[in-house]
Amino acid sequence: MSMITSRHLLNIEDFTNDEIYAVLENAKTFKEVNERPIKKLPTLRGRTIVNLFLEPSTRTRGSFELAQKRLSADSLNFSASASATTKGESLIDTAQTFDAMKVDMVIVRHKYAGTPYILTQNMDAHIVNGGDGINEHPTQTLLDLFTIQEKLGRIEGLTVGIVGDIVHSRVAGSLAPALKRLGARVIFVAPPAYQPVVPEALGAEASYDFDAILPELDVVCLLRIQGERAQGLSVPSIREYASLYGLNAARANTLMRKDAIVLHPGPMNRGVEITPDVIADPRTYVLDQVNAGVAVRMAVMYMMLGGDADE
Amino acid sequence: MSKILLKGARVVDPAVKLDKIADVLVQRGRIACVCPAGDCADVCADTTVIDCSGKILVPGLVDLHVHLREPGFEYREDIASGTHAAAHGGFTAIGAMANTNPVIDTGATVKFALDKAAEVGCVRVYQYGALTKGLAGTQLAEMADMHRSGAVAFSDDGMGIQNPQLMRRAMEYVHIFDGLIIAHCEDEDLVDGGVVHEGLVATRLGVAGQASLSEALAVHRDIELARLTGTRLHIAHVSAAASIDAIRAAKAAGDIRLTAEVTPHHLFMNEDDLDLTYNTNLKMNPPLRSETDRAALLEALLDGTIDTIATDHAPHAPQEKELEFELANFGTTGLETALSAVITHLVLPGIMDWATLVDRMSHRPRAILGIEPVTIAKGSTADITIVDPEAEIVVTKDWLVGKGKNSAFLGKTLTGVASEVIVDGTLVLRGGEII
Repeated sequence: MSMITSRHLLNIEDFTNDEIYAVLENAKTFKEVNERPIKKLPTLRGRTIVNLFLEPSTRTRGSFELAQKRLSADSLNFSASASATTKGESLIDTAQTFDAMKVDMVIVRHKYAGTPYILTQNMDAHIVNGGDGINEHPTQTLLDLFTIQEKLGRIEGLTVGIVGDIVHSRVAGSLAPALKRLGARVIFVAPPAYQPVVPEALGAEASYDFDAILPELDVVCLLRIQGERAQGLSVPSIREYASLYGLNAARANTLMRKDAIVLHPGPMNRGVEITPDVIADPRTYVLDQVNAGVAVRMAVMYMMLGGDADE
Repeated sequence: MSKILLKGARVVDPAVKLDKIADVLVQRGRIACVCPAGDCADVCADTTVIDCSGKILVPGLVDLHVHLREPGFEYREDIASGTHAAAHGGFTAIGAMANTNPVIDTGATVKFALDKAAEVGCVRVYQYGALTKGLAGTQLAEMADMHRSGAVAFSDDGMGIQNPQLMRRAMEYVHIFDGLIIAHCEDEDLVDGGVVHEGLVATRLGVAGQASLSEALAVHRDIELARLTGTRLHIAHVSAAASIDAIRAAKAAGDIRLTAEVTPHHLFMNEDDLDLTYNTNLKMNPPLRSETDRAALLEALLDGTIDTIATDHAPHAPQEKELEFELANFGTTGLETALSAVITHLVLPGIMDWATLVDRMSHRPRAILGIEPVTIAKGSTADITIVDPEAEIVVTKDWLVGKGKNSAFLGKTLTGVASEVIVDGTLVLRGGEII
């Protein structure tokens, strides 16, 4: 029996609260494994996992790949530049091709929302969403939750600010509803063009005023500002964005609580949403997130695939 | 030509104040008589007699907004298959948009389309010409030539005219022959890549939305241009409450010749129908909007602010729809499900009566195009739709006869369906089957 009710992880809604906490608990064990000199476990030996990355990604793909290797799964990387999709093969054909090869799980990253669902309709494998367009990125959320719980001891009752280009962020699309469901308060801090149409649909409040909100926050989750989306139409300039919403030392030292933590899913734009001195601040846990990412993804794959052989 | 006797239907035609059980005799393309049930004496051996008891007989329905795809996209639909779909859905006439390949933007291409429709089509096809050459939105097309070749209206449907001065010049130009402009109202800057309504659905699905204002602003603009130029203006596929407000105010002012249409999918579905299965048959332009918008559209249809139901029948091939939502083509088919959807959602629940249905789906669309009226009266052209109001259908790909299977109504059960269609005195649909 799989330890997860849902066959797939397409959206964070697919995991119940109990399942999320179980993932975080298992991830603790895997995190310890990752500290050992010999980091390999036999858990998923004989299982085949495809990393179907139809959009460039380095850290998410690397994190999944490492997690697969440490669980002894056989994995295959299939990326956009090397793939048939650039030759016009449809996603459905790609899915059916891998289905015919009898793979157990597919991790999919694509620039279009809803792609993982299409895979579920065209293959038997378990599908894990590695980020679909601006929609969701559920394993990022699980590693964010892991880091929050590890550093602050709880999730319930916290106030979390997600700061940046929310509407174009799959990170916020998964993180906000999960936090809300686990009893945290979520505030989107962003200029109007970066706010989602209906923040409440993601369980969040909206604010334009970072300085007013910052003292309330237990967790400051900064998002990457993409240069092409800040060229004068959404916000006047990167400079002005940074002056209003960037986390710099002045803000961190005067407005941010001593016991608050700073997260960033990466890659960071140094000097835009976060300054180098804040990256170096002991309250910033960006590399802990990366470290937790491998453990959390090991936990997800282990829990989704672990018991399947007995079925 | 043989006669057809349509026996015992409930005949509904508000244009001649008719709503009673009667027999209708069709001969030589005309209605020869409408007489009390059982009274029709003029029956001979070669008369086709059809028992229509329990059915509703109305003047042939007209769909002002159809994409027939021929020439150029015959793999999606062609004139033969598209007119079959029309007859299957109870329509005796359709208006065909110009966004084919090549675009219908010259007299010669209008003539091709009309000749082909006369040759292979089983319902009447009224052809529209492009407003601008190649639908490029930069240069007026030869609209007078197209008018002489038989085009009855002009539209760049599929995309909005972005340049207001160009739209003004187009309106002024068709004034030469009192032409009709059908406006696809869309401000592309405000759409900004949006593929669904800019509302709850955009956040829920994690895709870019397009604001209602992208339509309403263009509606306002074109109404003012129609006021300036005096040209007849018909607004295609209205989807937003804000657009309704503009149309209602302009009609109340009474100083312009303005009409508007709504599609069945905008009347009977909203953004909440889109879920995490990302059904691309529900991806259309304009998009399904909020429940507030939907309710405003229905109210406007019932009070006459919206004149007609038109389907925006937009067939696509599977490879253009079975894709990532953001990559899939916009559009749903509509010809075969429109009448059944209207009966199911409006007539049977008592929201709209049969006479209003006939007005909105038969009389008003002909008046908008300025073509010969059709009534159920002696001497009228025999374009007739007969409806079985109790027949139930499940919309499946097999049930649809058109090439395009991309129906937003797939899987739905609908009640009330066309059983017979007569075009120019000839049966083209009988017992729900194309002849």
